[in-house]
Amino acid sequence: MSTTAVDAAEELAEELPAPAEDEDIPVPAGAARRLLGELLGPHRGRIALAMLVILVQQAALQTGPLLVAFAMDRGIPALRDHDSGPLIAVIAAYLGCAALSTVLQRAFIRFSARINQDVLLDLRGRIFRHAQRLSLDFHERYTSGRIISRATSDVDALRELLAEGLQELLSVVLSVFWISLVLMVMDWRLGLLSLLSFLPMYLSIRSFRRRSQRVYRRSRTAVAAVIVRFTETMNGIRPVQAFRRERANDEAFGTVNHQYAGTTADGLLEMARYVTTSRAIANVWITGVVVAGALLVADGSVELGVLTAFVLYLRRLYEPLDQLAMFLNSYQSAAAALEKIAGLLAHEPSVPEPADPAPLPEHPVKGRTVSFDGVRFAYRTGKEVLPRFDLVLPAGRTTAVVGATGAGKSTLAKLLARFYDPTDGRVALDGVDLRELSGEELRRNIVMVTQESFLFSGTVAENIAIGRPGATREEVEQAARDIGAYDFVAALPEGFDTDVRKRGGRISAGQRQLVAFARALLADPAVLILDEATSSLDVPGEQAVQRAMRTVLAGRTAVVIAHRLSTVEIADRVLVMDQGRIVEDGRPADLIGGRGRFADLHRTWRDSLV
Amino acid sequence: MTGQRLPSAAMSTNQAPDGPRRSTVRSLLRLWPYARVARWRIAGSVAAALTASVSVLAVPVVLRRIVDGPIADHDMAALWPLAGLLLLLGLAEAGLFGVRRVVVARPLARVEAAMRGDLYAKLQRLPVSFHDRWPSGQLLSRATSDMFTMRLFLAFPLVFLIVNCTVFLVGTGLMFTLDWRLALIALIPMGPLTWLTHHFEQRYSGAARRAQDQNGDLATVVEESVLGIRILKAFGRHRTMAERFAEQSRSLRETELGKAGMLANLWAVIVGLPELALGAALALGAVLVAHDEMSAGTLVAFLSTALALRWPVESLGWLVAYANEAATATDRFYEVMDEPEPADTGQDGPGPADGERGIRLSGVRFRYPDAPADSPDLLCGIDLHVRPGETMALVGATGSGKTTLTALLPRLYEATGGTVALDGRDIRTIPRAELRELVAVAFEEPTLFSASVAENVLMGAPAAGPDRLAAALDTAQADFVDRLPAGTATQVGEQGLSLSGGQRQRLALARAVVGDPRFLVLDDPLSALDVHTEALVEQALRRVLDGTTALVVAHRPSTVMLADRVAVLHEGRIAAVGTHHELLQSSAVYRELMTGEAAPVPEGISTR
Ligand SMILES: Nc1ncnc2c1ncn2[C@@H]1O[C@H](COP(=O)(O)OP(=O)(O)OP(=O)(O)O)[C@@H](O)[C@H]1O
Ligand SMILES: Nc1ncnc2c1ncn2[C@@H]1O[C@H](COP(=O)(O)OP(=O)(O)OP(=O)(O)O)[C@@H](O)[C@H]1O
Ligand SMILES: [Mg+2]
Ligand SMILES: [Mg+2]
Repeated sequence: MSTTAVDAAEELAEELPAPAEDEDIPVPAGAARRLLGELLGPHRGRIALAMLVILVQQAALQTGPLLVAFAMDRGIPALRDHDSGPLIAVIAAYLGCAALSTVLQRAFIRFSARINQDVLLDLRGRIFRHAQRLSLDFHERYTSGRIISRATSDVDALRELLAEGLQELLSVVLSVFWISLVLMVMDWRLGLLSLLSFLPMYLSIRSFRRRSQRVYRRSRTAVAAVIVRFTETMNGIRPVQAFRRERANDEAFGTVNHQYAGTTADGLLEMARYVTTSRAIANVWITGVVVAGALLVADGSVELGVLTAFVLYLRRLYEPLDQLAMFLNSYQSAAAALEKIAGLLAHEPSVPEPADPAPLPEHPVKGRTVSFDGVRFAYRTGKEVLPRFDLVLPAGRTTAVVGATGAGKSTLAKLLARFYDPTDGRVALDGVDLRELSGEELRRNIVMVTQESFLFSGTVAENIAIGRPGATREEVEQAARDIGAYDFVAALPEGFDTDVRKRGGRISAGQRQLVAFARALLADPAVLILDEATSSLDVPGEQAVQRAMRTVLAGRTAVVIAHRLSTVEIADRVLVMDQGRIVEDGRPADLIGGRGRFADLHRTWRDSLV
Repeated sequence: MTGQRLPSAAMSTNQAPDGPRRSTVRSLLRLWPYARVARWRIAGSVAAALTASVSVLAVPVVLRRIVDGPIADHDMAALWPLAGLLLLLGLAEAGLFGVRRVVVARPLARVEAAMRGDLYAKLQRLPVSFHDRWPSGQLLSRATSDMFTMRLFLAFPLVFLIVNCTVFLVGTGLMFTLDWRLALIALIPMGPLTWLTHHFEQRYSGAARRAQDQNGDLATVVEESVLGIRILKAFGRHRTMAERFAEQSRSLRETELGKAGMLANLWAVIVGLPELALGAALALGAVLVAHDEMSAGTLVAFLSTALALRWPVESLGWLVAYANEAATATDRFYEVMDEPEPADTGQDGPGPADGERGIRLSGVRFRYPDAPADSPDLLCGIDLHVRPGETMALVGATGSGKTTLTALLPRLYEATGGTVALDGRDIRTIPRAELRELVAVAFEEPTLFSASVAENVLMGAPAAGPDRLAAALDTAQADFVDRLPAGTATQVGEQGLSLSGGQRQRLALARAVVGDPRFLVLDDPLSALDVHTEALVEQALRRVLDGTTALVVAHRPSTVMLADRVAVLHEGRIAAVGTHHELLQSSAVYRELMTGEAAPVPEGISTR
């Protein structure tokens, strides 16, 4: 990229308003800290132990200068008197301390890594499970890119904090504490003077925290925007290339990219500011203490050795300043990330699982009765899609739903599969409200083949087995055989073990539909919903599926949505939908014989056949 | 194996670094083209850090002067200038610390952005077959966490590697001027440390690489689980998916713990050995002072110098670790960047060479790169001519290669043999951008983007005005747009999933026709439409298709009706071409495809 392009993009990025706050529910103040508390809580004991380890380690480490002072003040004079005892003792102590601090440091790194990784594992799991629990209407708004950014880049921010942070913070706190103590003991006047420096330090920390918080919040939003753009482009690479979007995309990506770079730089600059002030404060103080110490030595109230050790310690007191800065910086970044994550976790599923689920009545037959009682439905964003209606689908029957595109067929099906809850009224299975069924019970009984046949990367067998994870290989193959998918799968390079790649891209559209269909068959539910499950098949394939359906659907309650009316021929009943209303309802033969919309549709369709 | 679990993330074979690993330094050197723009800034940062460190080293010297001079002599007047010097040094150090960070902040953020921008641009231009092969999370993790690692390396570890080495050398020199015997003792641990670090580096970079790859795999699982959320909900499989995610996070945890273990060992040695040496130096120093061979002030100065050098040496551990991570991140970045971009051999073509217009495929062969070696080509010798202005239907069984064939026209895939010519120009001689302007495609999966309806449709012709938009929507019978909350400005949601299937398909169709392209490829464009809407769309399409050369993939007789002629794709070849009625008579394959009735088997055609 040329510099001018970068500059231009950066200018553009700066002109744009800051990326909008993207949580639609406000994150309560302190949510980040609370989440961090929850994550660290279970490890309280181990953290305490880690602190102990680092405490002893610091103690060992900080004894060094003390021993040097001792060697100077006692060891050397003793040696002059030909008494090497004190010096030998001091040296032995020095080496012992060094060894101890080394061993403990090693233990601490390993130990704290374990804590960190457990925390991260926990957090990743929480985000993932929560995202899975959230309902479709949430996902439609939130977009996959943002969830990905929560689960990857935001977690990374916490990782940065934990990886160095725990150690940094602990060693900062402990060494400050320890050295302060030693200073006070060595000479309380000088000690007090040194500790006075904490006041300006505190003020500079406070200002840094305030300012960097703002920056990092923007940064989290900006990186999410980058990820959203990135994933969307990669997922739509064919249309992107076919419609020559590359340049326009480069530009759009450049904007979010430079916005992100801008916030990154802002964060670094805040950090620079803080480091400079705190270091200046520290060095001014050192000079002050040296001067004061010199005066005290001059009037004889302090020994030279004490002042030497004091100055050494003092420098150590301020040595962790950089670490503190790093810690604060990662903390701010992680806090902003945790805030975003807490925002995600605060969303409650709008289609929740019941606290105490109701059981379904036991049944000798496979199918179950479905009823819509006074159901009305509107998508969150739109107008009412299904005006109030009642409908009963008796057990064991196959009902076809037809109607113009956008009439609301899929919406009806999605209500039945409880992707959404009705705005009003209730959907019931054998008289039990779907809202009262446990997720497991619901999915054992109702399964839907969605209009979009999505396959996961992995083998064909694995994809089919999603229908029933415990299924044997024979069952998987049988399901494929039942709907006529066996031949093509067997012909793939590795048969059922062929990896279909992301989104099933390695097999054709019709083949994907067959696999998705086999998956539903394997699930063997009481109620099966097929939403345009054969739309991409060729005519012979579709007919094979229809033949199979006669046996497969026997005994089940089935809802079949199709534009190709051949499907309707296997149905016991047809519902015709128009603009969300069921306008015709009857047996196929009756409707075809009549003069309604279905008869009209059917005629048109007949004519379209050869 | 009984398919007990969800599909495992496909780790594609191309990620594992094959052959001998590139050395860390060589990998890192590849950052140069990007770091170049910031080189002076980085140099400035190094200079600032160096000067700061030198000023730190000067502090003990001043302190010694204070102790040995004014304090020892009780000469307070001499104290002030030295104290002033100390203050000055301190302030300079603080200022330099700031400068070190300030000078690189923006440039390095820009370096990171430039790399990410280039990666994105590159990925957009890599062929579809590349994207087929690569799990999406692997690409994403390269664009996010890897970039971060590389930027951080340039900002800190790189600077500190230079600075700390220099500080170490200068400090060692200083120690030698103070007392060469003590200095020698302090230096002893350097030998074993160097060897250990080298040994560590080799093992660590393998683990670093594994962790990065596993991070990418995690991103893949998250992405798939969100994109496939409908399936997971429909089958209630979120727990299974969560388990798989947990399994992968656990293996990442293992890798990270392994890394921590290695680092802990290295750290212990790096911290411990110098301390031992220092203890020895202290003993010797004390003896020397006792025998008046050295002043107490010198010993203090020596020890504080040695202590000041502790950090540069200790830091070696994480600097090396970080350099390794940056090196593997760079490797990962370049794995994508090194991927050859298909050459755009477009010469401004000689025009219709043989005067033949329309679409001409001759002897076109194609096989997917990952097809097993012993399998026949998917397309093996396609000969087809679509006359100018003609609409040709392409009919074939499920999985026969129709979509593949249509993808060859805009060169989403490259034919492995034969030629495709548009209006007499071999498509390989047409610049890709121009080719794709000539050929518009409606894909079988109507992929929309999270943007407004208008933006989605106008993707096909960015310059087109509202009237063209209206006309295109009209052709696709997308009058539902008017009833959407904000009309053509309505956001369609990610992948257009807040629209119904048929609505999405019609927008994708509108997108293909809006640019009024010379050649139109429609892949099963009416599959999600009801018969009435289908008829309306066909009527409107026919007007558009009048002057356009079009190839329409069709599964149903109703769609075939759009076309003037039909080509039957069977076993990798065009088995027959003719009008619908001719073919019904003459082609058994075609008759079966259209009616489903098995052919009377003259040629031994097997079904599908
Ligand atoms: N997630 C959604 N958010 C908002 N509106 C939606 C959503 N899904 C569908 N709609 C709208 O609801 C209406 C009914 O859509 P639905 O998918 O039920 O139609 P359909 O009958 O299945 O059509 P098709 O035959 O095209 O699949 C459409 O106008 C559509 O735009
Ligand atoms: N990206 C790919 N990599 C490898 N093989 C592929 C890939 N895409 C498709 N195939 C294989 O190539 C064959 C043809 O696929 P294609 O999508 O062209 O079929 P199609 O004729 O369009 O079928 P449909 O009518 O189902 O859409 C299929 O058998 C499929 O398994
Ligand atoms: Mg639908
Ligand atoms: Mg296809």
